[in-house]
Amino acid sequence: MRHVIFAILIVLFVQPAWAHKPSDSYMSLTVQEAQISGQWDIALRDLNDAIGLDTDDDGAISWGEVRTKHAEIASYAFSRLKFQSSEAICAIAIGAQLADHHTDGAYAVLQFIATCPAEIQHLTIDYRLLFDMDAQHKGLLRLSNQTHNQTAIFSQESPVHSFTMGEGSVWQAVRLYLREGVWHIWLGFDHLLFLVTLLVPAVLIRQGGQWKAVPDFAIALREVVSIVTAFTVAHSLTLSLATFGLIWLPSRLVESAIAGSVVLAGIANLYPRITQRRWLMAFGFGLIHGFGFAAVLSDLGLPTDSLLLSLISFNVGVEIGQLAIVVGLLPLAYAVRDSRSYQPLVLRAGSIAIILVALAWLAERVLDISLFSV
Amino acid sequence: MNRSRLIMVLTWMGWHMLSQTLVASGQPFHPADDEQVLERLSFNPTDPVAREIRALRRNLAKNPHHLESAVHLATRYIELSRSEGDPRFLGKAQAILTPWWQESNPPPPALLLRATIKQSAHEFDSALVDLDEVLSIQPSNAQAWLTKASILTVQAKYDDARRACQPLARFTARHVFLACLSDIAGVTGQAAKSQMVLRELLAHPVVSDPERMWISTMSAEIAARTGDAEAADRSFSEILKTGAKNQYLLGAYADFLLDRGRHRDVITLLRHETRADGLLLRLAIAEQALKLPSFQDHVATLAARFAASRDRGTNVHVREEARFTLVLLRNPQEALPLAQMNWKVQREPADARILLESALAAGNHAAAKPALDWLRTNHVEDWHLQRLAKLVQQESR
Repeated sequence: MRHVIFAILIVLFVQPAWAHKPSDSYMSLTVQEAQISGQWDIALRDLNDAIGLDTDDDGAISWGEVRTKHAEIASYAFSRLKFQSSEAICAIAIGAQLADHHTDGAYAVLQFIATCPAEIQHLTIDYRLLFDMDAQHKGLLRLSNQTHNQTAIFSQESPVHSFTMGEGSVWQAVRLYLREGVWHIWLGFDHLLFLVTLLVPAVLIRQGGQWKAVPDFAIALREVVSIVTAFTVAHSLTLSLATFGLIWLPSRLVESAIAGSVVLAGIANLYPRITQRRWLMAFGFGLIHGFGFAAVLSDLGLPTDSLLLSLISFNVGVEIGQLAIVVGLLPLAYAVRDSRSYQPLVLRAGSIAIILVALAWLAERVLDISLFSV
Repeated sequence: MNRSRLIMVLTWMGWHMLSQTLVASGQPFHPADDEQVLERLSFNPTDPVAREIRALRRNLAKNPHHLESAVHLATRYIELSRSEGDPRFLGKAQAILTPWWQESNPPPPALLLRATIKQSAHEFDSALVDLDEVLSIQPSNAQAWLTKASILTVQAKYDDARRACQPLARFTARHVFLACLSDIAGVTGQAAKSQMVLRELLAHPVVSDPERMWISTMSAEIAARTGDAEAADRSFSEILKTGAKNQYLLGAYADFLLDRGRHRDVITLLRHETRADGLLLRLAIAEQALKLPSFQDHVATLAARFAASRDRGTNVHVREEARFTLVLLRNPQEALPLAQMNWKVQREPADARILLESALAAGNHAAAKPALDWLRTNHVEDWHLQRLAKLVQQESR
């Protein structure tokens, strides 16, 4: 009869166990040259089943109970994890242990660094945590290196996964640097303002000491193309020179000069007699902006094997971002160039506002202080 | 990085973090105090259940190749997965039985439990293969017949399910056989008759407590479907009074209460059941109706749990996720594909309901067709489903 009673329990609940998900661990790894820095989150409930954490038998796990078991947790976990790179085992150095909450409860967070004998090209990870106790356990891995991210799920059926670091990296690197380039132009207000400042008068023409609206779009377009081309050629030049390490300027100087360039561009709008050839100004200051781009690019960390490709991708990204701004702005400016308010409001007041903002930047950067509180 | 860029980045990060509040796991932290409790276990180690499990584990450890000890422990784990609503216990049962599953001809008890575990993971076809293998070796295994009938019922293969009930007449107690058939009859157009049979069975003294719970839940659900609210309420309350803990019953009763607009009662019933997704879902629906502040937190928790479940590559909670998306997120366009995916796997009244509701809300009446066909062919008696079917037909005219 026991037989049948059990059957009834089965029938009654055709539903899956409706709870928090089954057991998972979360591992995130960052690979850099021969080193893997990692963080491994393992559920306290799972560790309790494996090695017993609730030492005072009160049905609750306190931080004190976890802390006294740190060594045991580490030896249990890391005896079930193996990194292998080019046929050699990587040595794991165990770091700090912390705590975190996931959707199904508290986790022990194990930080570690694995050092492989040589720069990692192929990495094999052998994961055997908890499978002997919980056949539905899974290890959810997120692996990243400089150019891309990969994910994998370890389970009893597939406890070993291999990764190639360079795999698909060319296209992924191109995409990464393209995107960074576009974002840099959009988020870097100073480049944006410089470009806008130069473009505002492009729909006007100087006649007899007066600004007049350009008679047709082609003239405005020619002016814009000359400015953008000059700016592009100039910043590409210094960006490349700086990236290949041929010239180097201190970043405070570069950042200050960029702010100064915006100030001067604004002043040139107010006093057009200073220069009629704005493309020349775009070129001159473009050289400075190129150094600014180079600083961002070096912050991103450049892969040594595809330096040129990354540089080109980043630069193309910058140009795409720049072009998007021009395409958005020029027709708008062209449409309202005739209106009575364009000159006083957009050209003059706009330039004055830009000058003020850029002066503040200049002061900040020269004096290394902050005027705008976050 | 200059200041304005920093402001932009910080604003973006702030927005991003706010939008993720309570959803993503936070930053790892170093608890300040040794006394800080990080986790509460399902059982206190001195709890009788924990003791029993420990004894069974010790027993198995002494003799790891003893099939009966393994089956005993695995069975207990499967029962716990149901009473606690925690799928971790299923993984443990699976780990215990793995050695036998790897044999070329696994013994029937191990196969039977594998079928049960597969059933819990909604791998119905694969579970049926295991059950047929058990039955080819032991044609008189009542448990295998009953499990088979229940899976076939969920798949809406009612004729096959009835055929699977038949052998029970010979191999087990009469009330189990009748309950097996009544379960099917209750959905397929003979609600009144099956209700009568079930009530008769409940009057019978030989029916054990777990069987009684099974039969009364069935009876309560049939009453709820046929609109006999009073009888349903009475049955549900009576079972709850026995103190038996089970997630399925709580879910079914909460659904009944939600349909009657008794949101406060749902809150009283489920206030402490936030660990089980299916129950938290019903609690949040009641909170939404009552505009309680805890609603936001619970929706965020559910969203995070469904996301975590997808991350591990499993989707056994599609019915719940569809309902969550439709009712709590009010997003019929995304709920409908989930309801359709769910309908491919399971076809119970609740599955038809979420499909019809999503199709109606999404204005996609063609998507409701499979559920409408199922209703018509099987003469399903369910006043909610009939009402929804009428709405679909009116709107598509």
